Amino acid sequence: MAILADKNSRVLVQGITGGEGTFHTPRMIEFGTNVVAGVTPGKGGTTWKPEGVAEGVPVFDTVQGAVDETGADASVIFVPKRFAPDAIMEAADSGVEVIVAISDGIPINDMVKVYSFMEQTMTTLIGPNCPGLVSVGECKLGIMPNHIFKPGPLGVISRSGTLTYEVVYQLSEGGLGQTTCIGVGGDPVIGTSFLELLMEFEQDPATECVVIVGEIGGSDEEDAAEFIPEMSKPVVAFISGRTAPPGKRMGHAGAIVSGGKGTAESKIKAFEAANTPVADTVPDIVRLCKETLGK
Amino acid sequence: MKIHEYQAKDIFAKYGIPVPPGKIAFTPDEVEDIASEIGGKVVVKAQVHVGGRGKAGGIKLADGGKDARAKAEQILGMDIKGLTVEKVLVTKAIDIRDEYYLGITLDRDARMLVLILSAAGGIDIEEVARETPEKIAKVNIDPLIGIQDYQITQAIFGSGVDTTKAREIRSIVRKLYNCYMAIDGSLAEINPLVVTTDGEVVALDAKINIDDNALFRQPELEKLMEVGADMDAIEAEARHKGIAYVHLSDGNVGVMGNGAGLVMTTMDVVSRAGGKPNNFLDIGGAATSEVVEEAFHLILMDPNVNGIFLNVFGGIVRCDVVAEGMIKAYEKLPRKVPVVLRMTGTNEEIARKMLEDTPLVYESSTETGAAKIVEMLGGQS
Repeated sequence: MAILADKNSRVLVQGITGGEGTFHTPRMIEFGTNVVAGVTPGKGGTTWKPEGVAEGVPVFDTVQGAVDETGADASVIFVPKRFAPDAIMEAADSGVEVIVAISDGIPINDMVKVYSFMEQTMTTLIGPNCPGLVSVGECKLGIMPNHIFKPGPLGVISRSGTLTYEVVYQLSEGGLGQTTCIGVGGDPVIGTSFLELLMEFEQDPATECVVIVGEIGGSDEEDAAEFIPEMSKPVVAFISGRTAPPGKRMGHAGAIVSGGKGTAESKIKAFEAANTPVADTVPDIVRLCKETLGK
Repeated sequence: MKIHEYQAKDIFAKYGIPVPPGKIAFTPDEVEDIASEIGGKVVVKAQVHVGGRGKAGGIKLADGGKDARAKAEQILGMDIKGLTVEKVLVTKAIDIRDEYYLGITLDRDARMLVLILSAAGGIDIEEVARETPEKIAKVNIDPLIGIQDYQITQAIFGSGVDTTKAREIRSIVRKLYNCYMAIDGSLAEINPLVVTTDGEVVALDAKINIDDNALFRQPELEKLMEVGADMDAIEAEARHKGIAYVHLSDGNVGVMGNGAGLVMTTMDVVSRAGGKPNNFLDIGGAATSEVVEEAFHLILMDPNVNGIFLNVFGGIVRCDVVAEGMIKAYEKLPRKVPVVLRMTGTNEEIARKMLEDTPLVYESSTETGAAKIVEMLGGQS
């Protein structure tokens, strides 16, 4: 079991013929993802088939065309930042249920508009500026390394890329597998935040415990912490950026303490108030998950 | 991206927001000429990218050209929070009746824009929010719909401003919103927005921040960028090279890695191990040997750094490529400091072998790597 996407997901890739799309789509297929279509305006009617890929993927000019022909219900977006907001809205307007936007560097005011647009639809947007979503043993929508995952009872949600890989890798090494792992993105405005994903995991029978890998900036961790007492499942938290100076953007556009808001202390306090253990290091996450699951 | 007050006022004027007449000057001569041209009392204002210019003595009232020259001589070249004043705005002095605050920015929690209007202007708005929250009106704006009249009405009647000036303020709010959207702002602020003794409403100060992500479609505004004007020399150098770097300055351990979250975590672990991180540096996804080499040099620009910890989780990054860059860079270093490398991922074994006969120390986990570099630097800092 998994949340948001699984082995039955019919996946289309927007920007499949570009550099990123060409690099990552074969790896998604290798993971077992059912990639049914690609979209690149102007290349409709062709077949995308790079070396090493057994079966070609039909390319369409529009997302609507791809959805009508192939029944695609999930999309991964690799298009450059200046086209990404349009690509997200096109996918949502065409009835795609889950969109993962990998693209980074999208102007913030564009994302505020996209967020407002998405509120009018039934579509879930993950990202932008994220590594994507993996439902272990079922499908991968994004760019996470294939080999780090292992099936098991943990849900993982994170604002980072490589730090997520690090956490997942160590969990797997420690014998703790995962249901679904999601990088929500490092921008200040993202489609889906921790709270909504906690609600999804709460409904997933296969997930027994959720790991939240948060960082400084904003209040998404605090919002999620408020919901934890209402959950039937335990949560283990981790916050990076305890030593980050205020007023500075730590790589991610959203990782900034400003006007005294978004500090690591505030987030740790919120989790502790929700009786949620907060790990000090990544190995500590593994230890706390083992304790929580009684392993 | 930050721009100066005089640049922000030029932009405001373009959008029809009333600003006092003024001009930028680089020398006392220019200041005297401009002041004489404006006539009467003027204000000489330091143009640097920090707040609190007034308290630091960077804003002075002057009476006539000669006095303006004297004030400019005091301000030009002065140091405000580590930045040297190289230019001043000379502007007509205004007789103030009321000072308000008006700003538009992102409300991250609401995932919308927010219009902020307050009857308490001229001071830090966060202080107003703490001390006298009843004097602030905040209204969220959905940019997909745009700002609505009723929202401006809510702000005007909820903020304690003089409502007999509602018509003028409404017009300025609308223009500020249009400006904010057109220039891809992340902040557009007038603090203070003043009502003069003659009853006019004027933007006495102006602050605009532009979204860095949108600069690709704002070529005219990008020209206003002064790389390094709001950061120290190492940060400015990093910016030139396109490397994500933040300087903490008083630490002894240089920290670099791939991915912002991982680097932040590495800093935290170094701190737990008893070291003091000197910086944040993300070498990014495409860590070529050139990038690693440049990163090395950047970190060592600070003489306080006497050891470096590099933490790489390989997914897309190839460890052997990073190791090659590290070895090459180490050979060229002007200052040989202890270096600890922690890598996992693609071609990890090859990388480990490559490092065997070098002064670079390999460690297999973030925690042992951090402990190792701290130990090599003699324990507690």
